[in-house]
Amino acid sequence: MSQVKEEDLQAYVDGVLDEPRRSEVEAHLAVQPEDTERVRSYRAQNVALRTLFDPVLAEPVPAPLVTRAAPRSWRVIGIAASALFAGVAIGWVAHGGFAPPPLQSGQSLARSAAIAHAVYSPEVRHPVEVGADQEDHLVKWLSKRLGTDLRAPKLSTLGYELVGGRLLSGPQGPVAHFMYQDGKGQRLTLYVSAQKGDRSDTAFRFSQEDKVSVFYWIDHNYGYALSGEMKRESLLALANAVYQQLSP
Amino acid sequence: MDSHQVLEHIPRLRRYARALLGDRHAADDLVQDTLERAWNKFHLWRPGSDLRAWLFAIMHNVFVNQVRTKRSEIEKTMEELPEIAVRATQSDALELGDVERALRALADEQREVLLLVAVEEMTYEEVSRALAIPIGTVMSRLSRGRERMRRLIGGAAPMATLKVVK
Repeated sequence: MSQVKEEDLQAYVDGVLDEPRRSEVEAHLAVQPEDTERVRSYRAQNVALRTLFDPVLAEPVPAPLVTRAAPRSWRVIGIAASALFAGVAIGWVAHGGFAPPPLQSGQSLARSAAIAHAVYSPEVRHPVEVGADQEDHLVKWLSKRLGTDLRAPKLSTLGYELVGGRLLSGPQGPVAHFMYQDGKGQRLTLYVSAQKGDRSDTAFRFSQEDKVSVFYWIDHNYGYALSGEMKRESLLALANAVYQQLSP
Repeated sequence: MDSHQVLEHIPRLRRYARALLGDRHAADDLVQDTLERAWNKFHLWRPGSDLRAWLFAIMHNVFVNQVRTKRSEIEKTMEELPEIAVRATQSDALELGDVERALRALADEQREVLLLVAVEEMTYEEVSRALAIPIGTVMSRLSRGRERMRRLIGGAAPMATLKVVK
């Protein structure tokens, strides 16, 4: 066993050691109570620091910061966006011109889906609330909350596997949010929301929301939107597969 | 660069600034100055490179240039204080108030590295790039910062229990 160095202990605390180094550090700790105590204390520091400061992530971003994040030409839209999405905690500057007209339900669906995609798809540690290993539970839970029988479409043949899903709060109530990922870590999200009182089914439509491409449709009072940061053509085949499976 | 890419990072920049400075208003001022500078320097950002790392590097520079000058005197005094002997604790949980006080007592250099690793979950390489310091320096600051925290907390709270306030 090679000597365990200080940086190995630090990396052990942060959980970034690979085998066999990790086992070597554990063997070292088994006979070094002082180092064990340090590791324990440092890990407790990590937990305490996250507990102290993670709540900041959930705070609404103050409007001045949203406008600062945008160049001058974007500021007008930025202010509108920050007011619109103050409850989402993360701002979003919509693609397009000034003072957008009132949205049609389909466009609103596409935009909400794109925001949810932008917020959750970069998450490394907690991309979903319930993982694909509990798919049955996930689907039952979300079906119950949305009041319809949901299914998580299978996209394996197109290279995407289900990561899991979560329940979101959308403009019209509960939203089921499924996340998929391919071998390169590219993520797709499927946003399913009840469109209350909306009798106008829409055909398969496309919307470009800044970097996020969205295909969406409304079918029997439920809105579906598939989002990904990819070109329209790449997303189309995936959206078709989802559409075929969910709205036959 | 599209605006929403920067917007996505604001909550994390705010979390880091808050942890770094403690005070909410000072922290949001730091975020605001960072965003302003990011736009002025935007032509220097290479599309496709890590935007988060770039923004954190800018925040570090703004922090060092503006805030640290004001605080250096206070911290020098803190550095000279003798460390209180650590008392044994078997508890995995710490008093959050003690942790925050200990964090404030750290030198800026140590606090930055500790927060980027523990809260922002950056890799040591990412911290090295964001702060423009060698990886060996990252590791020694991390090690010294954690140990100083442990001594400060241990001295203040010999037997800590979990007090997580939601």
